[in-house]
Amino acid sequence: MLTLSHFLILGALLFAISIAGIFLNRKNLIILLMAIELMLLSVNINFIAFSHYMGDAAGQIFVFFILTVAAAEAAIGLAILIALFRNISTINIEDLDRLKG
Amino acid sequence: MTFETAIFYFFSAIMLLAALRVVTCRNPVHAALYLVLAFFTAAALWLMLRAEFLAITLVLVYVGAVMVLFLFVVMTIDMNVSRLREGFWRYSPIAFSIGVLAAIELVLALRSKSAVIAFAPAGADAPGYSNTKVLGRLLYTHYVYPFEIAAVLLLVAIVAAIALSLRRGKTIKRQDPAQQVRVRRADRVRLVSMPAAGVNPEESGTEDKSC
Repeated sequence: MLTLSHFLILGALLFAISIAGIFLNRKNLIILLMAIELMLLSVNINFIAFSHYMGDAAGQIFVFFILTVAAAEAAIGLAILIALFRNISTINIEDLDRLKG
Repeated sequence: MTFETAIFYFFSAIMLLAALRVVTCRNPVHAALYLVLAFFTAAALWLMLRAEFLAITLVLVYVGAVMVLFLFVVMTIDMNVSRLREGFWRYSPIAFSIGVLAAIELVLALRSKSAVIAFAPAGADAPGYSNTKVLGRLLYTHYVYPFEIAAVLLLVAIVAAIALSLRRGKTIKRQDPAQQVRVRRADRVRLVSMPAAGVNPEESGTEDKSC
């Protein structure tokens, strides 16, 4: 018998994996973006699980908006990545120190 | 263990393994492909939760558009993987300990008896129930303003992505529509009267008209 906890724990494990991924790939901008996508996916799983078990479709509407924002974020992030690579020929975060912050 | 539970564990195992490979893969192209696998299995899990519209949307929008964009960018960029992997194993102990700690905390919180989340699963859908119809009805009544804002957000994202990645080189010749519109006849055409010797000007005028 599947309960809500099954899906919530699955989302929690996915979230933990993507946190570990952000720590592991500190230098690779593309993998960082992918880890953020995984985090959003785990949040979406939680929303849909709650929506199903509470019988309220509002959670699915929220997932719809999260997907919209995530798509916009990925498009702009990759555009920034391309512009960055064109200017300094690297996507290594260690090399992004031009502002001397 | 029922059949449904077995399917759930099967898809969950695939999704977690794919997610683990996304963050540990050496080749970014492989990481992107594993992310596609993770999205596919997530869509299958969403189908189990009867979110059919969102499952299809995830496959169409995410696998079809966003992940193709990711792959496109990964293959466009010539990156030095070995430099990007520097310090990968140095940071792995803290990464794994934080990940395991977060996972244990969340699992303990979700499994504790005090915070027991015991919602009854929804019963079978009525005949003629359509998930897409329900979502559409909500989206165009209660959530119509957020929906419009999401549309504007996508427009802003399009403009921003194009403006960021547009190349403005000095060698590229491009048209300036404002200048084209502003131009006058006097800037382009100069009439010069040149009476030819020995020819009647009226005859030459008729020849021009016949041409």
